[in-house]
Amino acid sequence: MSTKTMQTAGPGTFARGVRPAELKHLAADVPIEIPSPPAEVLVPLLQHIGAPCEPTVEAKKQVSLGEMIGDSSAFVSAPVHASISGVVQPAAMTTLPNGRHVRAIPIKAGGEQLAGPALWEDLFGGQWPTDGLDRRDPAEIAQAVRSAGIVGMGGAGFPTHVKLRRNEKRPVDTLIVNGCECEPYLTSDYRLMLQAPAPIISGALLAAHAAGATRVLLAIEDNKPLAAEVLRRAAERSGVEVLVVKTKYPQGGERQLVPAVLGREVPTGGLPLDVGVVVLNVATVAAVARAVLRGKPLTHRIVTVTGGGIAQPKNLLVPMGVSYGQLISSCGGLREDAVRVIAGGPMMGFAVGDLDTAVTKGTSGVTVLTEGEVRRAAETACIRCGRCVDVCPLHLVPTKIALASRAGDWELAKRYYVEACCECGCCGYVCPAGIPLVQLIRAGKAKAASE
Amino acid sequence: MTDGETENSSGRDAAASLHVAAAPHVSSMALTTRRMMLDVLIGLVPVVLASLIIFRFYAAKQLAICIASCLAAELIFTAMRRRPASVGDFSAIVTGAILALSLPGTAPWFVGVVGSFAAIGIGKAVFGGLGQNIFNPAMVGRAFVMICFASMMGASAYVDPSSSVDVVTQATPMTAAKLAPGTAGPDWPLLLRLFLGNVNGSLGETSAIACIIGGLYLCLRRTASWEIPLGAILAATVIGGIGDLVNPAHSFTMLHHLAGGALLFGALFIATDPVTSPLTPRGKFIFGIGLGVLVMLIRLFSGYPEGVMFSVLLMNSVVPLINRATIPRPVGGPVPAKG
Repeated sequence: MSTKTMQTAGPGTFARGVRPAELKHLAADVPIEIPSPPAEVLVPLLQHIGAPCEPTVEAKKQVSLGEMIGDSSAFVSAPVHASISGVVQPAAMTTLPNGRHVRAIPIKAGGEQLAGPALWEDLFGGQWPTDGLDRRDPAEIAQAVRSAGIVGMGGAGFPTHVKLRRNEKRPVDTLIVNGCECEPYLTSDYRLMLQAPAPIISGALLAAHAAGATRVLLAIEDNKPLAAEVLRRAAERSGVEVLVVKTKYPQGGERQLVPAVLGREVPTGGLPLDVGVVVLNVATVAAVARAVLRGKPLTHRIVTVTGGGIAQPKNLLVPMGVSYGQLISSCGGLREDAVRVIAGGPMMGFAVGDLDTAVTKGTSGVTVLTEGEVRRAAETACIRCGRCVDVCPLHLVPTKIALASRAGDWELAKRYYVEACCECGCCGYVCPAGIPLVQLIRAGKAKAASE
Repeated sequence: MTDGETENSSGRDAAASLHVAAAPHVSSMALTTRRMMLDVLIGLVPVVLASLIIFRFYAAKQLAICIASCLAAELIFTAMRRRPASVGDFSAIVTGAILALSLPGTAPWFVGVVGSFAAIGIGKAVFGGLGQNIFNPAMVGRAFVMICFASMMGASAYVDPSSSVDVVTQATPMTAAKLAPGTAGPDWPLLLRLFLGNVNGSLGETSAIACIIGGLYLCLRRTASWEIPLGAILAATVIGGIGDLVNPAHSFTMLHHLAGGALLFGALFIATDPVTSPLTPRGKFIFGIGLGVLVMLIRLFSGYPEGVMFSVLLMNSVVPLINRATIPRPVGGPVPAKG
């Protein structure tokens, strides 16, 4: 097995977890497509974990691609930029997929737009050096990353500059670049790895240097051998090591990936930083390279539009703020039996009820599922079969936590470590009684946090 | 929907029918509660076949009475509680089958009926139905009739000298070992009969090989947790082994204890009821060990020849304690106290 070749302390996998149908074939072999620029975008002022931005532009102002339109003075935050050239409209409210209402800046397209091959060239083209990057000042790299508004693009959206800022008390020795993409259906990271490996390698080296990491590991699941091969070639003589880990959900979660690769457990309630590790998604490090080497902000991303409810699944390169409805039209529209539109993948993504929802920096995919794909067992009583215990990658007892939450017994929920849950969804995926375990646990977590 | 339609209409029309729900949006569907119950019934097939071969009409009668009574009881009690009918989940059939297989074939029809109503009513319904009960329903039913009809359930009731079925004319091997133990060393021919099952006893317990085949299926399907039978068999092996060392001349050895009586049937089919056993693998193993120890203690030191029913009920009662003591350590350690 390919995992045997790893020269790291970790076993290359983690205990428990699930193996849902991958269904990546729907979009895996569809090269990234660039739709014609939208007539309007709606750029949310909060696309990350942390403080929302304040608008830095007035309505009616003419902005060009990449101009900053919102910023915050808070440390844990990241500015947002105009993702098309045009005219700023009066600020509006929008709802993020997670249900949060935030302010957003609409921009009406005007003037010349960067589009098609020229846009690709601007984002990923040209030379991406791997030499001499360590001569740069680490603090300047972190500053450039902040100015570019880079946040985690795997979904969580944690501001990247916060992870890269060196801290004497918590030295970092290893950067793990996360190319696992363990969510079923999604292929945006896979296509990026295949089609733009060079900026990933440059960005990984820059991020590692900024954080003070001496070792850079790029982890890819063994269901993507082609991507591993392409990156291995791109990483030759760069010092970046490409590792193949076993395909299992949720291998891409930090709490599974760090132990799998390095054999270090991330403490509950802590961060990989606590064990000397920074984990960044492949798209994030590509954005870091562009920000540091070219001074360009994060304005576009690759979004997989897929699922049985999509006429033609595709990987699209689109500006932030474009609506899901526009993405879906670019993919031939919804099929008649489409019933659920999900921001992200089916295991952890949020279902949205409004196709005006805007693409943000963390939108790795829009998965549209049919009635057949979302079917689940009708809810019946828990018979304590323990299937959820068998699959929980954090070794929790999901049924106890969920039923304690349902009964409002917060003490019991805490005794079973409700706060440790990472909401990966494995328990809900396997439950033979169709109990909405994750939903109940999430309610318990919210309650536990508020007490 | 075609590509020709305008951008917004393709989205907006469909949006009316989009629904929102919490993640995960897909489920394995490999297993449902009903499928698990069906698995138990499939696992019971070799046991039922063995009992039909060995006890013939005794087994057929008892199975028919108990399954029909359990289904009737389930219907009546769910109707009384004004709950949707739950006979479709097959759990009542499982309870009926297990109860029948744990009874002597000679027990009169009303024993099965009363046992079934006690199993479903007192064993399950009063606790709130499937998933809520503390004690294994079939064992509650059996315990109930054992107290009500002691003379029809005791060791001597298993024997009917005038029966046309050969094995029913003999004492059960467990009783024989209790009352008149051989002292000429291990009785190997008896061991073979225990293994195949052509001895007297409760309907489903006699054939070790049938229990093993059905139990293996359940464990491979993960419908039964292998930790429970493993713990029980290990404990019985150790205690039986000590017994052999202390008394090497005894004809009923550790191997006889493993193959005889209801140890295998109980460990594989009764104790593995998920509702009334612990949640975590470690808890299940402890539960299994406790079961094996109790069975052997009752067999060796009490007035009863067999103790699987009591052991299961006793271990059921400590399941909450086991669960509490075996909360697993989360990956990354316990949640740190705020401060």
